[in-house]
Amino acid sequence: MATAFDEMKGYDGAVRPAYDELSRWLAEVPPDVLDYRRREAELLFRRIGITFAVYGEAEATERLIPFDVIPRILAGSEWRFLEKGLTQRVKALNLFIKDVYGAREILRAGIVPDDLVFRNPAFRPEMSGHSVPHDIYVHIAGIDIIRVDPETFYVLEDNARTPSGVSYMLENREIMIRLFPELFSRHRIAPVENYPDELLATLMSVAPHSVSREPNVVLLTPGVYNSAYYEHSFLADKLGVELVEGRDLFVKNEIVYMRTTQGQRRVDVIYRRIDDDFIDPLTFRPDSVLGLPGLMSAYQAGNVTLANAVGTGIADDKAVYSFMPAIVKFYLGEEPLLKNVPTWRCREEEHLAYVLDHLHELVVKEVHGSGGYGMLIGPAASKVAIEQFRAKLKTAPKNFIAQPTLALSTCPTCVEQGVAPRHVDLRPFVLSGSDKVRIVPGGLTRVAMKEGSLVVNSSQGGGTKDTWVLDG
Amino acid sequence: MLSRTADNLYWLSRYIERAEYLARILDATQRLSSLPLAYVGTSNEWESAVATAGCASAFYKVHDEANEANVTDFLAFSSDNSSSIRSCFELARSNARAVRTALTMEMWDTINGTWLELKRYGNGVTSREEFSRFLQWVREASLRYDGSAYRTMLRNDAFWFSRLGFYLERADNTARILDVKYHLLLPENERVGGPLDYFQWAAILRSVSALTAYRWVYRESVKPWLVADLLILREEMPRSLAACYETIVRDLDHIAAGYGRQGPAQRQARGIRSRLQNSRMDGIFQRGLHEFISEFISENNRLGAAITEQFLI
Repeated sequence: MATAFDEMKGYDGAVRPAYDELSRWLAEVPPDVLDYRRREAELLFRRIGITFAVYGEAEATERLIPFDVIPRILAGSEWRFLEKGLTQRVKALNLFIKDVYGAREILRAGIVPDDLVFRNPAFRPEMSGHSVPHDIYVHIAGIDIIRVDPETFYVLEDNARTPSGVSYMLENREIMIRLFPELFSRHRIAPVENYPDELLATLMSVAPHSVSREPNVVLLTPGVYNSAYYEHSFLADKLGVELVEGRDLFVKNEIVYMRTTQGQRRVDVIYRRIDDDFIDPLTFRPDSVLGLPGLMSAYQAGNVTLANAVGTGIADDKAVYSFMPAIVKFYLGEEPLLKNVPTWRCREEEHLAYVLDHLHELVVKEVHGSGGYGMLIGPAASKVAIEQFRAKLKTAPKNFIAQPTLALSTCPTCVEQGVAPRHVDLRPFVLSGSDKVRIVPGGLTRVAMKEGSLVVNSSQGGGTKDTWVLDG
Repeated sequence: MLSRTADNLYWLSRYIERAEYLARILDATQRLSSLPLAYVGTSNEWESAVATAGCASAFYKVHDEANEANVTDFLAFSSDNSSSIRSCFELARSNARAVRTALTMEMWDTINGTWLELKRYGNGVTSREEFSRFLQWVREASLRYDGSAYRTMLRNDAFWFSRLGFYLERADNTARILDVKYHLLLPENERVGGPLDYFQWAAILRSVSALTAYRWVYRESVKPWLVADLLILREEMPRSLAACYETIVRDLDHIAAGYGRQGPAQRQARGIRSRLQNSRMDGIFQRGLHEFISEFISENNRLGAAITEQFLI
């Protein structure tokens, strides 16, 4: 594995311009101040309530996601490039999903293999032949991006279902402004606080065409026992929309209503944070008590918008991911600006042979997996683990893809021994409305707190950082 | 607003109010039980506490007789009793969590903080002293919630539904004390039990935090018919039935004004209020205090059902 690129000190230790002020400040500030502020931040998080889930009924153990007080900084020019690439990528994602449930031109052109779509558990035949309002499927995308050198950003994953984490992006900034006013006064940092406004504008813009008054937008949550419940209530509050559960809604004559103190009120747009499987027991899992019976009928009749649309998981799949560069070219006729991580599809014989020969240096992932589970990190795995994985791979090669072990970029991070480089990724949130694509500058930076670790997922001990996009 | 949100706010207030009421009953009972038998007669005050709390049938399902230990545990700490102080706080907190966006930070802080502190009493208490501190803490929690709601909430339907919960529960609680103790509250011209009953009357007043108020209103020693007057008809007494209904009618009117229409709940509440306004104590005694109170309790329940029907489902 190559040496990691450090976003502050590059390869050679010379501070990169975006980090000038921060690096000077880090040199001035006594280490115990950083530690003190870190603990202060934790207290604030508890009070503001990111930890409300922590006090969860039976198990009071759900953790606070570690917060690192040293910001991650992107230069304006870097961000402008990412912004263009993200916009392009998400446009292509939307066109792809529309095509898959419509004309299927990309399948007929032989660019993406049929069975990858039709035999995919995330494919929803119920959506075939139905259009969605304004032809937008992925209203909110969380595109995970990693950086490997000064010029190269790779897309690691397209989260096209119900990406979470945006409340951390917003709260991290608020906490930083409170804790480090003097550091802010030395920079000009693009704001993120307008995200709720942008999200609301996006959701309003995709209301069904038949809605002539101001659309009624709601946020649908599985309820208080969901681990992201805090984020749901946080967002509903910031958006100024009702936070509803399935039982607050009902469907009559293919129209969705909510039960209010003033009687029934029509619902036009549902920002749903419930997975496809649970959203309508009449169509999907009959044992779901979270969803709304009849929702799909209202949806198919075009009387309500779901954000994100049903069936977007098809673009979330790691095997489909490997076709994204071709997908971008097919629909937009442009070269993709953001690269994919080179990916071997184990479903293809030659690729599989290569992967089996190079297991010790590759990362192998399940195509439908997420959250960093069920994967093999070759260079870090024991011989036994590799052999066990080899057997799994041979039995069901279709379920796996492989990628080179990449040296994720690092950023200075507060750790027990002081300030040290740790690997990071970036999840910007891309909003697609009927009028335009909106992205607030930056996103959520996740950081692997353990030395050398490449796993940034919060479910596995990763932390977060505030992400700054500077002028220039 | 969502019916479920309104329902949660309404019940949240009811649970908090109920917890405070239970704490007051327990406090008053504890005092009574420390008096020599010669002062309070032979009646079992713990039995009467269970009845006043309105959970006699649930209590006697698990206990054969009422004594200090089992009543204290049942009313304050038992998880089997869905109306114990512990259960009230737990229900309040889970309601609060479900409607986080409708609460102000201060209200959430109070509920969440109370719930966290409740863990300290996980195994009940070991001494009377500790129990007294517990009861004091319960009352303070209720005051904090009430105060933070009053001071920080927007005056919109969320606020009025939350207030309704307090006052409906309070009216029910006051009526329940009267219902259990009505035989002690005799009209002026009847022979009064004498000093034996004095402490019982004082305990009733204490349960609704009205002992001092009584003296300021009547400037007399405690007389049973005046106790009844204070708790039923006196509008300046914040826990009297009349005062509760003043507020309930006003809150429902605020809701009606906001929504631009009156409904059955508003009409029923006004009906109950005018009956209270047009009543006098001698008339009530003539027709029977017990009958009057029983009728009130069922009317109050009917209003609760009408509010649920009109707004909360």
